[in-house]
Amino acid sequence: MRIGIDVGGTNTDAVLMEGARVLASVKQATSEDVTSGIIAALDALQREHPFSGAEISAVMIGTTHFVNALVEARRLAPTAALRLGLPATRALPPFVDWPDVIREAIGGRAYLAHGGFEFDGRPISPIDPDEIRRHAADMVAHGVRSVAISSVFSPINDEQERLAAELVTAEMGPDVAISLSHEIGRIGLLERENATIINAALRELAVEIVDGLASAIRSHGISAPIYLSQNDGTLMDESFVRRYPVATFASGPTNSMRGAAATSGLGDCAVVDVGGTTTDVGLLVNGFPREATTEVSVAGIRTNFRMPDVLSLGIGGGSHVDTASREVGPKSVGFRLTERALVFGGDTLTATDIVVAAGRADIGDASRVAGIDKDFAKAVINRIGERVSEAVDRMRTSSDPMPVVVVGGGSILLPDVLPLFPELHRPENFAVANAIGAAIAKVGGEVDKILAVDPNRREAILDEVRQEAVDKAIAAGALPSTVELVDFDEVPVPYLPGNATRVRAKAVGDLEVRG
Amino acid sequence: MSSLTIGAADMEELARGAAILGSGGGGDPYIGALLARQALQQHGPVSIVGLPELDDDDVLVAVAMMGAPTVMIEKLPGLAEIVAPIEALAAGSEHPVTHVVSAEAGGINSTIPVAAAAALGVPLVDADGMGRAFPELQMVLPTLYGITASPLAIADEKGNTVVLRTIDNVWTERIARVVAIEMGTSVMISGFRMTGRQAKECLVGGSLTLCRELGRTIRVAREEKRDPVAAAAERLGARQIHEGKIIDVERKTASGFARGRAQIAGADSTMEIAFQNEYLVASSGGVVLATTPDLIIVFEHETGEPITTEGLRYGQRVRVLAAPADPRWHTEGGLALVGPRYFGYDIDPVRVRLPAEEA
Repeated sequence: MRIGIDVGGTNTDAVLMEGARVLASVKQATSEDVTSGIIAALDALQREHPFSGAEISAVMIGTTHFVNALVEARRLAPTAALRLGLPATRALPPFVDWPDVIREAIGGRAYLAHGGFEFDGRPISPIDPDEIRRHAADMVAHGVRSVAISSVFSPINDEQERLAAELVTAEMGPDVAISLSHEIGRIGLLERENATIINAALRELAVEIVDGLASAIRSHGISAPIYLSQNDGTLMDESFVRRYPVATFASGPTNSMRGAAATSGLGDCAVVDVGGTTTDVGLLVNGFPREATTEVSVAGIRTNFRMPDVLSLGIGGGSHVDTASREVGPKSVGFRLTERALVFGGDTLTATDIVVAAGRADIGDASRVAGIDKDFAKAVINRIGERVSEAVDRMRTSSDPMPVVVVGGGSILLPDVLPLFPELHRPENFAVANAIGAAIAKVGGEVDKILAVDPNRREAILDEVRQEAVDKAIAAGALPSTVELVDFDEVPVPYLPGNATRVRAKAVGDLEVRG
Repeated sequence: MSSLTIGAADMEELARGAAILGSGGGGDPYIGALLARQALQQHGPVSIVGLPELDDDDVLVAVAMMGAPTVMIEKLPGLAEIVAPIEALAAGSEHPVTHVVSAEAGGINSTIPVAAAAALGVPLVDADGMGRAFPELQMVLPTLYGITASPLAIADEKGNTVVLRTIDNVWTERIARVVAIEMGTSVMISGFRMTGRQAKECLVGGSLTLCRELGRTIRVAREEKRDPVAAAAERLGARQIHEGKIIDVERKTASGFARGRAQIAGADSTMEIAFQNEYLVASSGGVVLATTPDLIIVFEHETGEPITTEGLRYGQRVRVLAAPADPRWHTEGGLALVGPRYFGYDIDPVRVRLPAEEA
């Protein structure tokens, strides 16, 4: 059996699963201290379906703790960024274009040093060990406890970042955390470096959170390995999260989409996740969320994370309803639904009230919405259906018929049929799809590099890249027999000689459960 | 234009407008805009001079980035290498450079000259050599007037500077391209030295302020919940030739250029756009609707954000505008430089039919 837990801002959801079967599922309020919320969720699961710690083979957790810490600019470590690239890149040093609040919260010291590579792997300039030692000594003097190291074109050659890491560690001691950009992001120095700095700033919190999660789970007699879900729907183990907390940033929407896939049995479909304030629409391709191709800004910082491409509409269970226009949202009563909605004795007409008035759900006191005209309620629900349908249509990539899977607590807002999309699925356990998504996550490996692709050796070269992705997935803990390539993309790079091509490949497989 | 300077706060709008005139080329303008913003914050705003205000004996040089935008997002450019080629040219001449000008209106090369003018403390001329973006160095109107790029200075971030003296602009392009690759494929160049009198004759006036105005038009239209693409079309005198969803993007690996074609399915027809860095030929049902040298511009359907050829993705909802190029591009000499046949399409150029001509 495995346990999937999703720690959201409001609720902590947990499921107990046997293979693809959900044995028990619970919803608990999230606690401030991480640990007690998880313990409460495990206790509740235990009550629904008794299990012994030894029966659990793995625990998978999705959490929004890290992204929230960044957005709120709190509990971040004093961080420095060291970039290898001089004499190039001087005009745009690390932290350029960062919001002041966050830069100040982490100390935000920027250092430039010689190094970096050209696109074809030639060094821009060699590393100067003394220069790096001087920078490291200055970091020590300024109380820096976490360092982000980036180098120009490190996705093509990571040698200098590794060398610099050794030098910095030798100077600052083993307690200072080092984050290397080639392990975190893609081509695009500023965006990759930004993600690396964010990662560095979260390293101390990562230790604290992971320790908290682990102790909560261990205290329940579970000794199975603990995994956290990443942005792309794959898993990382405990030790990996301590080093790469930034990889958890978009795991919330990813998990609920992956959970929708699992509970509906569909690998290619649109997923509509209706919450209290927003409706997120995303697309599953081969069982994984389609990723955004553009730069994603997180807390005002430009990054190139692997994020799912999600379209958010301001429609949710707590959305205000305008009686004149019959439009819903984007204003919402949010988590105050149980005080403000009419059915709970409040004074605000919400989407939930409309659903109750239409006789489609039994929530709160239906007599409080008895005065609402049934036709009006129907018209509002149809309008929601139209808008969601339009959003799905915008997201889809071909005009072929596409099934739509509806999940989330607010999905009762949707009509039985969506215009344009006759095939609508409402899976069982829709309310805890995110925890299910965490429980069934796979492990993956990704490659993204610029290569000279000789037309005569094209297939052989591309095969090598595919194999590298497969090898990475296996190294990350995938069962070799289950690994498959889920994404492959080849784009020629303009103005570069020698048929330079940017190649991306991603492979995933089932988690190999050890011991 | 009411304002005669460009400051850090203008860069976002200028860069968006430049991406529109870039006709799909010119790369992601973010880095160039950031660099110009840094330079403007450090050195103060740049004054803008219109072509009519130039003195006949002013000395102008064009400055541009040459190489691969993909390299530039890794090996970020610095102000030193933007200023270096201009200084190299000035060192070889008794006439000091009085003004800087853009070689092209599009993408990065609309913002690099802003950074150069700020760092050098000289005014920037409100003009450019193309009125849009094209991929090669000789593809500027000054070539038609016999103005040579030579002497052309090329600088990298390491401190290397090369000055080319060549017999014509096609040779300059060929040799400069080799040097640029050896230097790491993201270099700064300066050349096309000309007098104020020549500039008035051979450049496209007003393009810098047009970029800023286009960017502003899109922003204001969004804020006022008006259609940003229609607003941009009106300002450009352009016509919408298609709207629909991208159903196929095919890219080919070919000698240093991002060649390919995109299919856009509309309500009644499917448009095909062929591109090589820039959008070059738009056709529908075998009928060619617009070709280079006129501008073919692809916008995101709702936001009005221009989409570069590298940014094209399956599933995007887009609108396609065609806008008239500077009429000099439609002369025999102009078409020999940038007409469809130069890019390997065996078709005659098709000019945009403007709304006024529709009836």
